[in-house]
Amino acid sequence: MLCCRKLTPPGLLEWCSPSEQDVQGPQRLPLTPGDFCLWSHARLPLSDTEPAEARTGDQKCVKCKEGLPVVVIRAGDAFCRDCFKALYVHKFRAMLGKSRLIFPGEKVLLAWSGGPSSSSMVWQVLEGLSRDSAKRLRFVPGVVYIDEGAACGQSPEDRARTLAEVKLALQTTGFPWHAVALEEVFSLPPSALRCSAQEAAGTEGAYKAAVDSFLQQQHALGTNGVERQSQHCAQDPQSPAGPPTTAQTQALSRLFDSVKTLTAKEELLQTLRTHLILHVARNHGYSKVMTGDSCTRLAIKLMTSLALGRGAFLAWDTGFSDERHGDVVVVRPMREHTLKEVAFYNRLFAVPSICTPALDTKAPEKASIHRLMEAFILRLQAQFPSTVSTVYRTSEKLVKAPRAGCAAGPRCLLCMCTLDVDTADSATAFGAQTSHLPQMQTPVTQARAAAGPCCCAGMGGAPGCCKREDPRAQVMEQLCYGCRVNMKDLPSLELLPPYILSEAQLRSQRATAEQEIREYLLGDSEDEAGTGES
Amino acid sequence: MGTWELSAGRPQSLLEVVVLLPASALSRSLDLPAWVLFRRSRPLPPLQDPTMPAPQCASCHKARAALRRPRSGQALCGACFCAAFEAEVLHTVVAGRLLPPGAVVAVGASGGKDSTVLAHVLRELAPRLGISLHLVAVDEGIGGYRDAALAAVRRQAARWELPLTVVAYADLFGGWTMDAVARSTAGSGRSRACCTFCGVLRRRALEEGARLVGATHVVTGHNADDMAETVLMNFLRGDAGRLARGGGLGSPGEGGALPRCRPLQLASQKEVVLYAHFRRLDYFSEECVYAPEAFRGHARDLLKMLEAARPSAVLDLVHSAERLALAPTARPPPPGACSRCGALASRALCQACALLDGLNRGRPRLAIGKGRRGLDEEGPPREPQPSRPPTSEPVPDF
Repeated sequence: MLCCRKLTPPGLLEWCSPSEQDVQGPQRLPLTPGDFCLWSHARLPLSDTEPAEARTGDQKCVKCKEGLPVVVIRAGDAFCRDCFKALYVHKFRAMLGKSRLIFPGEKVLLAWSGGPSSSSMVWQVLEGLSRDSAKRLRFVPGVVYIDEGAACGQSPEDRARTLAEVKLALQTTGFPWHAVALEEVFSLPPSALRCSAQEAAGTEGAYKAAVDSFLQQQHALGTNGVERQSQHCAQDPQSPAGPPTTAQTQALSRLFDSVKTLTAKEELLQTLRTHLILHVARNHGYSKVMTGDSCTRLAIKLMTSLALGRGAFLAWDTGFSDERHGDVVVVRPMREHTLKEVAFYNRLFAVPSICTPALDTKAPEKASIHRLMEAFILRLQAQFPSTVSTVYRTSEKLVKAPRAGCAAGPRCLLCMCTLDVDTADSATAFGAQTSHLPQMQTPVTQARAAAGPCCCAGMGGAPGCCKREDPRAQVMEQLCYGCRVNMKDLPSLELLPPYILSEAQLRSQRATAEQEIREYLLGDSEDEAGTGES
Repeated sequence: MGTWELSAGRPQSLLEVVVLLPASALSRSLDLPAWVLFRRSRPLPPLQDPTMPAPQCASCHKARAALRRPRSGQALCGACFCAAFEAEVLHTVVAGRLLPPGAVVAVGASGGKDSTVLAHVLRELAPRLGISLHLVAVDEGIGGYRDAALAAVRRQAARWELPLTVVAYADLFGGWTMDAVARSTAGSGRSRACCTFCGVLRRRALEEGARLVGATHVVTGHNADDMAETVLMNFLRGDAGRLARGGGLGSPGEGGALPRCRPLQLASQKEVVLYAHFRRLDYFSEECVYAPEAFRGHARDLLKMLEAARPSAVLDLVHSAERLALAPTARPPPPGACSRCGALASRALCQACALLDGLNRGRPRLAIGKGRRGLDEEGPPREPQPSRPPTSEPVPDF
């Protein structure tokens, strides 16, 4: 029997059943259908845009129910200062602790860009290390800062000024710090692109054993040992290798000026930056790198990677840990913090950060795919407040598996992911044909589209046909789909840093050599795909 | 090549097609606003460059080139382009073994450009593939839109001499037309979910229509832009189940459902419009009345902007969609049969029955969103529902 209308959030009308409440109502008055039930559920507001409770001045923090709320996270959750701090810190530590990836005593490199998220991350590590011994973070951090002024077109005076501020900030952290200019990519060795052998993944038992032994060690050393260790770090900052030469700066500017689109520029910058950070980490013995990507940034990065053709690698690009480089693992502990939380935290607790212009500062919205996605997601978030968290939760369901039936093949030269281009695929092979046509030396008429593609399209045809003559094709066929599309915007590959070109040449030489001796090799030969197998 | 400055939504008319026609002939026949739109949307035509001769068709080298293919920039004449387009569709069908010889194919015809082009191309290729075609049109009962589209379909069927079957929602689903559904789902504050209903019910109606004509395969006219929009939309809505399922060239028939495929899947939308222009096909080009409220509109706007920033964006998205690796738990359970109508379903009730159930009970949002609360009840509740607060739906709902 329909009695009254009760409104359950969010705005869904439902009829309450007769047994839920007394038909006669609390005052024992007979109710007729259509009357509003006098139970409390009928007093809920009619529209779901109004808050469930009246927003009066005496609303309390939703967690401790005592303090005065200062910040609203998500929709309607108001926190007081201490609860917010506790929540923030707890998220950070839970992210690290849950994953059991960072072993005690391990050297971890913090990649600091000066921006709010990475500054917040460095601050958390600072605070985490200075706690009482039971809850102290147990790894040994270092900080790296990459000076990208040459790529962004900054003047030398601005760069020097920013660098001075950065050095001051790094010195106050007390960690060993490295300020590296992006020009050093020109002196990187080709081994920066090689994926070293991976260490065996730690099992539960290994992690627990490591923690126990570390604690025993600490206990034996006593507190003196720990203090000495931290003081040692503060007194020994790593000095940079010296300012970059003008030749290198010019080479870098020339490289970035030759790239035609902002999208490709940003991708190239990210690639070079990653290689440089990994090189620094390997040189100084760091086994983990922490980056300060927040939830919002990772959601944007996921959608951007989709649009760039990197759908196969989403789990590595946006997951918590990224082990494709082998010995150095990239970790993202700020993964669950939204940019809003980071901004509030930085403001409430005065976390210092340094603002430097980036490659896409002041660029119009439609200039690059990254900008487009960012604007789109933030606009959608304003309309549907759950957008970022929905994308984040979907990204958690992605797994780092190669496609079913695909053996571990050769890796991309630039992003070090397993190559995802193969001839069996319909859309890619097809589209690559139609979009590579103008670049091909021998024209192929459209009517013959069903015939085998020319090997210049980079999908393998008659082996050795164009490979040795065309260095560009040589490099292109060692790249994954996403990197290939980016490199198309780079008209001449000679401007790339020498380590990339020499590694590309080495790999293709090795591939041709293997091809020649293939018939004499016993057993399974690896890397059959992607080396021009027809 | 200049950028495409299209107005919101699909290309509304032939104005927005890049064709190297002499400007004066076309623009003189347009009224002022359309002329302005046409002028602004046309890129600089290379034909007007006095130093460069008019490009020859790159394929037959005889006729003058009439267009440039959007993806490759190759200049082709009209006939060669149409031949190339048909060859590509043939290659898709043959390489994917989508339509075996002897198949009776039901073409989902809506009167729009995609299904018109699909029907025309398949009709040209039918002798080579050895298939026979039937047109199946679905009447959702949207006043002012669907009747005009159906008129276009009838004209096409008459011109091409293909048998046409029209299935109506009102007949199949107990009197529920889309207008009635829209009235029923118009709730307070939140947007209507009618596109959800329409999509599910239309596929059911198409299946029924296909069975009526005795078809063995169902084809629809989805193009590459549709696939790209779908993957963007599924990520934004967090629909991991559909992400895990989608990306292929269609679905093989499972559990009694007819196999479905999309032969135009690799053709970009611009090429579909170009083909329709050169073959002078007559189609219905207006947007559905309810389209502005759909979430897909956001994905569509985003795709347009992405394409302007990078022309290969559509292809890259399709490439990404094919290679998504989702956790096994995200995949939908293996399908069984619906307890009411026997169609393919991953739960006890298939989605169409669940939605209709909700409509009939006056609770239209019953089967929408996560939780599916109350779905397994039979009739109005007799005993009190478990007193748990309704879970807030994190997925944006329409």
